[in-house]
Amino acid sequence: MENLIDILLLVFLAATAIVMVRMRSLFAAVMLASIYSLLMAAIFVVLDAVDVAFTEAAVGAGISTVLMLGTLALTTNREKDPTHKPLLPLLVVTITGAALIYGTLDFPAFGSADAPVHSELSRRFIEKSGEEIGIPNIVTSVLASYRGYDTLGETTVIFTAGIGVAFILWRQRRRRRRRKRQAS
Amino acid sequence: MAWLSTYNYWIFVFLMMIGLYTVVARGNLVKKIIGLNVFQASVFLLYISMGKIDGGTAPILTGNPDTVYSNPLPHVLILTAIVVGVATTALGLALVVRINDAYGTVEEDEVQEMDRAS
Amino acid sequence: MKHHLIPRIVARLLLPFIVMFALYVQFHGDYSPGGGFQAGVIFAVAYILYAILYGLAEVKRFLNDAVVRFLAALGVLLYAGTGIASLFLGGNFLDYSVLAGDSVFGQELGIWLVELGVGITVFSVMVMIFYAFAGYHGIGDIEELED
Repeated sequence: MENLIDILLLVFLAATAIVMVRMRSLFAAVMLASIYSLLMAAIFVVLDAVDVAFTEAAVGAGISTVLMLGTLALTTNREKDPTHKPLLPLLVVTITGAALIYGTLDFPAFGSADAPVHSELSRRFIEKSGEEIGIPNIVTSVLASYRGYDTLGETTVIFTAGIGVAFILWRQRRRRRRRKRQAS
Repeated sequence: MAWLSTYNYWIFVFLMMIGLYTVVARGNLVKKIIGLNVFQASVFLLYISMGKIDGGTAPILTGNPDTVYSNPLPHVLILTAIVVGVATTALGLALVVRINDAYGTVEEDEVQEMDRAS
Repeated sequence: MKHHLIPRIVARLLLPFIVMFALYVQFHGDYSPGGGFQAGVIFAVAYILYAILYGLAEVKRFLNDAVVRFLAALGVLLYAGTGIASLFLGGNFLDYSVLAGDSVFGQELGIWLVELGVGITVFSVMVMIFYAFAGYHGIGDIEELED
């Protein structure tokens, strides 16, 4: 039953992605990107990743959509029609896709409990997290305590991005407009 | 039903290629950034699919000692990756706004033509 | 602005619940899915909803540019400060066990402080980015209002 929901959601996801590429209206493409993020969040819930689903829904369907709509308000609303058929990108994409699918044939079966990814480290986290940290959410304990240094780096990255955006969109243009208005 | 087990991974490859095609083949800069988001989300799908265990549950301790939990390590990595992804998207979109201010357009070929003409 | 009446009233009814949910996700992140990132984003989304419906100038009277910049730095400082505090108390950097007498309680205290720092930073950075995009053409500048 879980597999059926998984397959259905993935089909929706693929359909949304295909339509998003071919859309000329950028507003519709941004809305489809928001739906894409929401479907991705639903798939993450089916795959038992509840924290990740929460973050993807809030960030992808919330903040990312707002930022893209803000960009559309400051730039254009439609994409230009292409002048020639993009045969070379299609060829490159097909070859890369075929190579990657050939690579996935070697993967362990989906959902197997003895895949190499379930290493000694994850077992230790699951067993020892309750008694060493004392909180039930293993993802929070790994994120904030066992791998706290990475999260410090991530917080610094977000901070840097905010400062970067504030510098790039520095509002000197407002004073230029005011001078133009006073001159006219 | 052996093919069902690789279905997740094929969809991952398909989405990744759609994202790559959008970045490479489309000229509009905002469309490229949307394609980049599709690409990133497909990689997240791969990692989370790898961490899933059949019959497992979300990695929150239930108090029952024989529950099987899905692997929490990919979840932590992808949590960081999602937030860094939105930071990158915000910076990219800010650059697009400035490019539009400087050149009057966000189409890549028109921008390159203006650069060559000047 | 008459045709914005319904969204405005509905937003005014919903906003307290969104803010309360953000606080719940922040502080209950140890027991259920949640934590600093999700809570910061939800809080920022509530703030942006208010800004969209009532205008950027109105919302900038509450948190202007300088305060938002200060809050962003405060979150990172809180996180790094917890790490340095554990250095001073004898442990390694970001070793929360030494923050309190009992090692498990020290871990819980450290995680609480760290998630709070992350939540504050994420909220203020999202708001800062929104201010940069929405205020690009000078809408919402306080000096513009006194024209």
